[in-house]
Amino acid sequence: MEHILKEIGVETYLYLSALLFSIGVFGILLRRNAIIMFMSIEIMLNAVNLLLVAFSTFHQDASGQVFVFFSMAVAAAEVAVGLAILVSIFRNLGSIDIDNLKNLKG
Amino acid sequence: MIEVLFYILSTITLGTALLTIFSRNPIHSAIYLVICFFSIAGHYLLLNAQFLAIVHVIVYSGAIMILMLFTIMLMNLNKEHEKHKPKLIIIAATIAFCLVALVLLAALLKTKPVVESYYNSGTDFQSIKVLGQVLLNEYMVPFEFASVLLLVAMIGAVLISKKEKQKA
Amino acid sequence: METSFVLLLLLAPFVGFLSNIFFGKQLGKTGSGVLGTLAVVVSFFVSCYFFSQVSGSKQPINVHLFDWISLGKFSINFDILLDQLSLLWLLFVTGIGSLIHIYSISYMHDDENIHKFFAYLNLFIFFMITLVVGSNLLIMFIGWEGVGLCSYLLIGFWHKNQEYNDAAKKAFIMNRIGDLGFLIGIFIIGYLFNTLDFNVIKQAVLTGSNPEVAGWLSIATLCLFIGASGKSAQIPLYTWLPDAMAGPTPVSALIHAATMVTAGIFMITRLNFLFDLTPDVQNIIAVVGAITSLVAASIGLVQNDIKKVLAYSTVSQLGLMFLALGLGAYEVAVFHVITHAFFKACLFLGSGSVIHALHGEQDMRRMGGLKGAMKVTFLTFLLATLAISGIPPFAGFFSKDEILMVAFHENKVLWVIAAVASIMTAFYMFRLLYLTFFKEFRGTEEQKHHLHESPMLITFPLMVLGVLSVVGGAISLPGNSWLNHYLEPIFAHAPHEAHHLGTTEYMLMAFAVVGALIGIGIAYSKYIKKSEVPAEDSEITGFAKVLYNKYYVDEAYMAVIVKPIYSLSKFLRDYIETGLSQIIFGFGAVADGLALQGKKLQNGNIGFYLFAFVFGLCSVVFYLFFLR
Repeated sequence: MEHILKEIGVETYLYLSALLFSIGVFGILLRRNAIIMFMSIEIMLNAVNLLLVAFSTFHQDASGQVFVFFSMAVAAAEVAVGLAILVSIFRNLGSIDIDNLKNLKG
Repeated sequence: MIEVLFYILSTITLGTALLTIFSRNPIHSAIYLVICFFSIAGHYLLLNAQFLAIVHVIVYSGAIMILMLFTIMLMNLNKEHEKHKPKLIIIAATIAFCLVALVLLAALLKTKPVVESYYNSGTDFQSIKVLGQVLLNEYMVPFEFASVLLLVAMIGAVLISKKEKQKA
Repeated sequence: METSFVLLLLLAPFVGFLSNIFFGKQLGKTGSGVLGTLAVVVSFFVSCYFFSQVSGSKQPINVHLFDWISLGKFSINFDILLDQLSLLWLLFVTGIGSLIHIYSISYMHDDENIHKFFAYLNLFIFFMITLVVGSNLLIMFIGWEGVGLCSYLLIGFWHKNQEYNDAAKKAFIMNRIGDLGFLIGIFIIGYLFNTLDFNVIKQAVLTGSNPEVAGWLSIATLCLFIGASGKSAQIPLYTWLPDAMAGPTPVSALIHAATMVTAGIFMITRLNFLFDLTPDVQNIIAVVGAITSLVAASIGLVQNDIKKVLAYSTVSQLGLMFLALGLGAYEVAVFHVITHAFFKACLFLGSGSVIHALHGEQDMRRMGGLKGAMKVTFLTFLLATLAISGIPPFAGFFSKDEILMVAFHENKVLWVIAAVASIMTAFYMFRLLYLTFFKEFRGTEEQKHHLHESPMLITFPLMVLGVLSVVGGAISLPGNSWLNHYLEPIFAHAPHEAHHLGTTEYMLMAFAVVGALIGIGIAYSKYIKKSEVPAEDSEITGFAKVLYNKYYVDEAYMAVIVKPIYSLSKFLRDYIETGLSQIIFGFGAVADGLALQGKKLQNGNIGFYLFAFVFGLCSVVFYLFFLR
């Protein structure tokens, strides 16, 4: 079996990641539900991870994959804390619609 | 053959990602996202990164998505909660999406000449064995710190989501 | 052992201060007085102990309390140096201080704030001790500033009178001008020698003279002298001292006659090895001292306020001391400081006793004939007056005579000035004595009715000081001077000259006595024979008016220094500051307006923030990839 990068080249991964990232951005901007926004963030993270792995393979360097590994650790930590915050917001406000979170206003 | 596989996977990835952000029910969103993550794991396998593919499935589909589903159910969000969005937001979001996509793609296109064609030297660099050695030699300290980070996140999550005691 | 005694010496007055300021009201009037007195008496006894130690062993006692400042090679320790000089000062500061505390118990008894008075007096003693025993210039400076503060507090003690407040402020500000000089001097010395410790500087000076240092050293000693002239009331900074008589009389006696004003002399004596290297500055000191003594004495001739006369007399005597310092006769200056402390304290306390008897009357034209009513006061006052006038064998004769002798040997012009000043001294002191105690009483009938001798607490210090004024000269008799011998280790060079008593010396003594007698004679003929009473203020004419108004020095300072500063300040305030503040306000208004607009962006809507975030990201990427 031929190697995938020989068949389609690394740039296709670039386009795929860019599109995936844009979809994440779209989700963030479109939705008001904090959980869905969280999911959009995960999509963006994964777009970047995918590109990292692609280039790691392209350059035949393990560092990229190690980096993805750490990024996953960070994502896991982020989700744990973020969801905890959401739970406590939900307890206090009864909803997780970000339009209700206007306390940042000076 | 492998090309076809790639395109199918890519379609699934993008399609489920879009469905994730568009479906009105959060539970559906989560399900679609799980599928999306699986397809990304498929991409990893295509790139011959087996270790990451496995870890990805375990962490994202296994841990993170379960956590999210639990949260959704905890908040009883399976019904449609969201208010009707104003038109302005939809238009603005669409424009922003197009802008981001355009800018990113244009930027990538512009850098294309730099990318050389792929050359496989045949050395082993991404088997679990090699990755483990790299991780525990070169990246020993960050690896340990990742564990500290996870511990802190765990404590933080417990502390934040704990119910406050009623003031006497 | 020594450390604890030193701490006792230093802290006894300070504890007295603390307990009086915080618990004085509870202690009651006599209680706070007794406590304050005890605190100083303790210090006096400790001083006596150290004095006996040092005069026996002839070795200075050096006590290291703690390291204070350490900057690289430059370090300052909080050390206490008890040598012959500082012990001498300690003895009369705490000794006379104790007497004046005793005196104050009775004198201030009717004052509602007596506990505050004793607190300040204790604080003063504490700072004075610090000034005297410090082993480097910085500790001395602490004491120096501290006594200035206490002087301010005590001059303005009756702060309900605005004039007294002004006098206090005047004293403080004048002292500050001098203190700035002192501080600059300290900085220069620190720069030159890399240390402020007296012994180290002395070693550095004695072992090798540094030629390129000399120029800076002159500036340093000049600055130090400016500091001394502020504290010790020399021209041009003397005008605060007469006004300082606004304070209670014990304060005038303690601070403005006997102790604080001699701090300048102490400092110069302490640094004699530096002043020896700068003869130019010494000449300046001598000239300034001589002129001050003459000017102050001439003003004293016509003053009618009993305390003002004594104040100008103090300035004049301090001038004589500076004359001696400038001529390099440090031990003579020290001798005069001591005798002067005795008789001037006695005079001030005597005048206080008189004022006490007359219920606050200070004008000599309203006095007279008091010798019958106040026998002890009169007697001690007479002794002190004889001493200050230089009549043998009283204390002042020996010290003043030595100054005149030194001046005669060094510079005839200065000798003439000093001699004239001391003749004037004899005149105005006896004028004061005659007007106050002789002839008939000129006050109101009611005052006459209440005339009485002061109580024992007041007369006891008077008697002690009176006796000291008589015998004080014994510490440095011509030809056989215990003091010169005792102070020998302090000076870089051997005391000025061994007093071989020749014909010249006896001639000079005789001349001084005759001069003093002439002054007394004039006073006698004027005020006893002709029974003159000084004219009322409005009737004074001619040169006497100039003298009576103190040469218009205050007015001249007002016109030359104060008024221009006022108008400059007014100009700065009205134009410069207004303009500047307009500019500043302009900036403020612009920022305010921008902020009001910018505030609208911060609407708290997370969705909006996210949009801004995405557009920002796009702009950055766009710039990075397409515009560069």
